[in-house]
Amino acid sequence: MAEPMGFYTDTTVCIGCKACEVACKEWNQLPSTNGGRNTLSGNSYDNTRSLDGIHWRHVKFVEQFTDDRKDGRWLLMSDVCKHCVQAACLEVCPTGAIIRTEFDTVVIQSDACNGCRDCISACPFGVIDINPASGTAQKCTLCYDRLQAGMQPACSQACPTQSIQFGTIRELKERAQKRVAQLQQLGEKRAYLYGADEKMLGGLNSFYLLVDKPEVYGLPPDPKMPTRNLKAGTWFSALGAVLVGLMGVISFRNRGAEERP
Amino acid sequence: MADSDCIVVMGSNMAENHPVAFRWPMKAKVEHGAKIIHIDPRFTRTSAVADIYAPVRAGSDIAFLGGVINYVINNERWKTDPFFKTWVASYTNAATIINEDFKDTEDLNGVFSGLVQSKGGVPEWPFNAITNQYDSASWQYSRVKAVAAAAVPEAAKTAAAPAAAAKTDAAGKPVPPSFAPLIQAQLKPPVEKDPTLQNPRCVFQILKRHFSRYTPEMVEQNTGCPKETFLKVAETILANSGAERTVSFAYAVAWTQHTYGVQIIGCCAMLQLLLGNVGRPGAGVMALRGHASIQGSTDVPTLYHSIQGYMPAPTALKKHDTLADYFVAETPPTGYFANMPKFMVSYLKSVYGDKATPENQYGYDWHPKILGDHSHMAMFAAMNAGKVKGMVLVGQNPATSLNARLERAAMRKLEWLVVKDNWLTESATYWKAAPEVKNGEVKPADIKTEVFFLPATQVGEIDGTFTNTQRMLQFHHKAAEAPGDCRSDTWFSYELGKRLKKLYANSTLPRDEGWKNMTWDYEHENADERKKGEPSALKINKELNGFFTDDPSRHCVGFAELKDDGSTTCASWIYSGMYPGPDKYLPDRRTPDPPGKPGAQLQWGWAWPANRRIMYNRASADLEGKPWSERKKWVWWDAEAKKWVGYDVPDYIVTKPPDDKPKPGAIGMDALPGTAPFIMRADGLGWLFAPAGMLDGPLPTHYEPVESPVKNQLYQQQASPVIKYWKDSGNPLAQPGDPKFPYALTTYRLTEHYLAGGMSRWLPWLTELQPELFIEISPELAQEKGIKNLDWVKISSPRAQIKAKALVTKRMRPFKMGDKVVHQVGMPWHWGYEGLSTGDVVNELTSLVGDPNVSMHEGKAFVCNVEKA
Repeated sequence: MAEPMGFYTDTTVCIGCKACEVACKEWNQLPSTNGGRNTLSGNSYDNTRSLDGIHWRHVKFVEQFTDDRKDGRWLLMSDVCKHCVQAACLEVCPTGAIIRTEFDTVVIQSDACNGCRDCISACPFGVIDINPASGTAQKCTLCYDRLQAGMQPACSQACPTQSIQFGTIRELKERAQKRVAQLQQLGEKRAYLYGADEKMLGGLNSFYLLVDKPEVYGLPPDPKMPTRNLKAGTWFSALGAVLVGLMGVISFRNRGAEERP
Repeated sequence: MADSDCIVVMGSNMAENHPVAFRWPMKAKVEHGAKIIHIDPRFTRTSAVADIYAPVRAGSDIAFLGGVINYVINNERWKTDPFFKTWVASYTNAATIINEDFKDTEDLNGVFSGLVQSKGGVPEWPFNAITNQYDSASWQYSRVKAVAAAAVPEAAKTAAAPAAAAKTDAAGKPVPPSFAPLIQAQLKPPVEKDPTLQNPRCVFQILKRHFSRYTPEMVEQNTGCPKETFLKVAETILANSGAERTVSFAYAVAWTQHTYGVQIIGCCAMLQLLLGNVGRPGAGVMALRGHASIQGSTDVPTLYHSIQGYMPAPTALKKHDTLADYFVAETPPTGYFANMPKFMVSYLKSVYGDKATPENQYGYDWHPKILGDHSHMAMFAAMNAGKVKGMVLVGQNPATSLNARLERAAMRKLEWLVVKDNWLTESATYWKAAPEVKNGEVKPADIKTEVFFLPATQVGEIDGTFTNTQRMLQFHHKAAEAPGDCRSDTWFSYELGKRLKKLYANSTLPRDEGWKNMTWDYEHENADERKKGEPSALKINKELNGFFTDDPSRHCVGFAELKDDGSTTCASWIYSGMYPGPDKYLPDRRTPDPPGKPGAQLQWGWAWPANRRIMYNRASADLEGKPWSERKKWVWWDAEAKKWVGYDVPDYIVTKPPDDKPKPGAIGMDALPGTAPFIMRADGLGWLFAPAGMLDGPLPTHYEPVESPVKNQLYQQQASPVIKYWKDSGNPLAQPGDPKFPYALTTYRLTEHYLAGGMSRWLPWLTELQPELFIEISPELAQEKGIKNLDWVKISSPRAQIKAKALVTKRMRPFKMGDKVVHQVGMPWHWGYEGLSTGDVVNELTSLVGDPNVSMHEGKAFVCNVEKA
């Protein structure tokens, strides 16, 4: 196995340009919300609203201003799948469609996905959803095809300010820790790394430099593997299995329905 | 900018509109802790990553910058630091004494001496829209009178006609006389100076008086920026200036789009000159150009008032009757631009080839002359008056442009219109899809205009160059075949030229001589491309670079080789040197400097002039030619080698020593001392006071926008006295403080869209990011007007009323100016009635008013009303 690879996102240099969103869509040929005929969300400059099956990168815009405007920040952050070392999606996938690659990244193989949605509810970050074009669960692949060809992911290559950096996790952590120290020294005492620590799901292979609480960015402060919360008896597990099965069947039927001309 | 210690973004939303270039400020910030300051009416994505955000009401930039100037020149460190003292006294015109007739705005309630009623223009072109104008005679340098006659050699006065003398070269061929004696005859007596800067008529004292009323309190009162924030900005700028540190400014169209935009930029240049922040690494005033290669399009100009390389266009309004007259009127006899005859004759040779001879003034009479203001607004005023028959639109969408209803009305008066674009833009369908057609006001059957649509290639489908904002040319190779009948813009121009030449081939009219004699030979090297009619980009580049007339295979290696005798051909002197040999095409280079070593990336692409990356870089060294500091060294004098050396190409005569003295009676660079870095100015100095070149005053002065919610609190004069205003029934203006239009409105672009949307509103990946037109308003104003987030609102100006959704955000704020509160609102202007994402045309609200220097409109600051729909 190659060394674990991933993203380090320094939100303090993100300019919210969304080049990552567009580069991702162009490379992965993802459709747009309602064919591009989208509506204004009214939530700052965020009109794609969330990560889902057709938005594998999503830039968040958090406006923080006091009424008198003496203090004000506009937090910008490009979000993506965390490629968790302990990946809930991978564990719950009943068909084995979700795999861990030689780069230690987590990839859903569309041809093996039955659209059962288990991974969608299992993901503590709300990253995954169904791509209506394929009818399967989809998310960031960390550009597995590009990595195999020795290229970097489309988003990090397009990022003009190096807010999204790609590399080996080891090297990225070093770089990120230096940046935190620099920011702390410059007086930005709120700077810290989210997900760089192994305590968080074994470590996130896409981790972030943040300057406010995780919740402010819509991130869980303490994400957990869903299986650990389910101190389930056998009957509960069995019921779960039946439900999963049912959902799978429904999902297959839906896929069939969509594929009919 | 990567070398800057402090980057001030003002009049620009750099992170949003130049995100790729913004990597350099971010690099400076992350790598060496540079401070980023954003000064803007709105808190934008640039403000989000800035260290200091200073809010200012749109249009109050000179009040703010004037305040910084006043702060700087009264600061103790500035007054005593030898760096600032030497710089200002030696590298600027601070010491120069101005004509005693000069009266400042301090003396005349906000106007300068010389204000006169407009003399108008020629009767054939009544569209210049000039209201008043200045006679700049009183703004001139005071000159030593006694020396006047002696400085000019007698022989020079009679050398005006180049055909008069007849010399021969070694082979016995007659050599046309040089224009140098003619230029020499234009020499003026030396100027009066006071190196101590104490004379009340010297530039520095005039400047000091002029800006004395720009106090921090005044700044707060006029801009709405809290005094403490203003002072923090001023302190940070000064603290990062000096021998060891440099500050750079970045601006874009939010400085240009005002009736005093040129003065805002001039004000910034003055501040940077006072701080020694010009011609040095990490310094300067960066003009962030608004479109890809707009820099190239002004270098090789699509401008009406200048020809290639920023030489003035021959005009019917000045004494430009002969080529010699043109040189007398336009050539400064001292400084580098004394070489203009060489550039101009080489340019005429490029246009008319062998037909251009000394006898026919190199074809000067065939060259078109302008009649007045032929810029965008003047042309549409003429069109609306029925004076324009046809129009070709290439990369323009005027149906959504300034006072768009009026411009569409003008377009309905055309006999024919050609639209060459990627999509059927609003300008291609205005006759059937514009709001006034949809609502029945105008019937398509009544419009006589014949509209042709030509599908255009995208940039990836052609070979060519981009000239970026840093004046750097980079060649790009065709990546894909264009679909269907799409053709490039060069194909269109080349084919049109060929057809026009054919059309005029048998004409006997004198006015058609130019068409008959024009060279037009850019046939493609590749047979397939040739068959399609696509011209050769390299041949066009060769003509821009220049070559020797008697041996076209010999390319010029730079503009220093150009001659005024017809032996060289060069379309654009500033581009000379980019293609110095048939096998050396420098814009195609992509070799970066080795990491960690100081350098100017000279092997990456090619930048004009002469591959120089920082202009006027002689200023990076002190009077003796030594770097001002180790940290900021760039170009310096090597005393042993007796030449200028450094990381960059020196912007100087390489062998001209720092202790060189001006030679009496000499022209060009010989007339300047070795300590004059600003070689394109006649005196080689940075101008803190502009005796020439500015039509609206020698010093920047705070005026209100033509439409303003407030009275000018600094002067009795409300707006610039010399604005352009196209009086037309469809172009009414609001009076200052008009209660019907109480809010300050600014318009802008978003990262997600491009200009009028022709390249973005048809792309689903972009339209989903910014799907609908909106107006940004503060919660305070929203509450006052009962508007909730996402409500539809009506926005009106004296010209039109449009609708948009409200985006209520604390990023917008009311400005407290004394007792008055001014609400600032803002709208992106990308939308129109065609494409995947449609919306009302924001430019319907704007007016046709202009800056007198460049006829730029005032889209960045005007007034409106906002009501819940």
